[in-house]
Amino acid sequence: MSETVTTDVAIIGAGPAGLFAVFELGLLDIKAHLIDILPKIGGQCAELYPEKPIYDIPGFPVISGQALVENLALQIQPFHPTFHLGEMVESLEVLGTPERPNFLIRTDAGTALEAKVVIIAAGGGSFQPKKPPIPRIGDYEGKSVFYAVRKIEQFRDRRVVIVGGGDSALDWVLNLHPVARRITLIHRRDAFRAAPHSVNAMRELVAEGKMDFLLGQVTGLKGDDAQLSALTLRKEDGEIIDWECDDLLPFFGLTMKLGPIADWGLDLHENLVPTDTEKFETNVPGIFAIGDIIAYPGKLKLILSGFHEGALAAQRAHRYVYPDKKLVFQYTTSSTSLQRKLGVA
Amino acid sequence: MTKVTYIDAAGASRTVEAQIGSTVMETALRNSIPGIEAECGGACACATCHVYVAPEWTEIVGKPSQMEEDMLDFAFEVRPSSRLSCQIKVTPALDGLVVTTPAKQG
Repeated sequence: MSETVTTDVAIIGAGPAGLFAVFELGLLDIKAHLIDILPKIGGQCAELYPEKPIYDIPGFPVISGQALVENLALQIQPFHPTFHLGEMVESLEVLGTPERPNFLIRTDAGTALEAKVVIIAAGGGSFQPKKPPIPRIGDYEGKSVFYAVRKIEQFRDRRVVIVGGGDSALDWVLNLHPVARRITLIHRRDAFRAAPHSVNAMRELVAEGKMDFLLGQVTGLKGDDAQLSALTLRKEDGEIIDWECDDLLPFFGLTMKLGPIADWGLDLHENLVPTDTEKFETNVPGIFAIGDIIAYPGKLKLILSGFHEGALAAQRAHRYVYPDKKLVFQYTTSSTSLQRKLGVA
Repeated sequence: MTKVTYIDAAGASRTVEAQIGSTVMETALRNSIPGIEAECGGACACATCHVYVAPEWTEIVGKPSQMEEDMLDFAFEVRPSSRLSCQIKVTPALDGLVVTTPAKQG
């Protein structure tokens, strides 16, 4: 276990709302660390629609998800936020008192963060692998069904079936091919989203008889004690066959799940976190929530709402971080002290 | 008036009025049709508004684009009649359209 890092604010979620909160906090001399389960910043903007145009960001008639994220990253640069990417927050422990809260956050990567304030900006929740709706698939997970590859050696001399048509599926076909006894790729159609050179490499292996490619969809699993012996496949022509295998790796992209947030003692309403609309604080003093994950009367799931919520949460966070300092409201256009913080004065 | 009928996986049927120019997904959300999640809000980026177009309508509705086919890879129980409802624009020609929602979205 690594050492505990101390900071002012821990922001859970590095989507647009979490990123802009860094800016609003930074103007108030509050330092922030951000944690996100994705290996990159930007949340849904970066993961779901980086190329898609957004038309309702004030001041930008049109901007792509990726460009918005890049602009936000540039905007918060003066405040040097620390990012913990590819990590999921596993636990959030309340240390201090309601007047002087303090929190200990632990991630699945072993990071321990102590913060005076927590801002949950987790959007639709954490991105997690999609599980195909194959009956009893849960019984095999962790033993012979995996949604990610941690150790290649684990698949040595195994008969591995990989399902999917994107880069994850094709990359693992090529990477596991040298160690596995036999690799089978199953996809619903003979077209792939993956990079053409990976697809070509896969097709060459098939042509040389070194692996199998089957068109169809997996409909059932066979095997005892969490160990697969075969899977049932409905082929393109409707024929149902059994295909022997030891391991199954489905790669169907990511979906959003609330995840461990449900265990943090927060009031939840239909998987959303209720907050007030004055400071966007939750039922736990010192834990704020902003963006798509929150609920209040009239809430709109818009990026611009997340920006507003972050600005107000920052104002109240200042009281927890600097309980003895009075906060004077200032504008970036006219305040020399704010402009110094931004590195422009 | 243009009408669209949604049949859920259990067989329950709901017919609603659709605005010309809106999508089959938007019409579903506006009318609280269960079984369509539309996680990404209609950007063709998530495959959680998957529907099966009724056989008599498949030709009129047409085939998915390349981008939509790519997204359909993330949907479950994909059939030849599968479409993402955010990519089906309601036109007068689609009056009476029938779609079925799958047992599970992404």
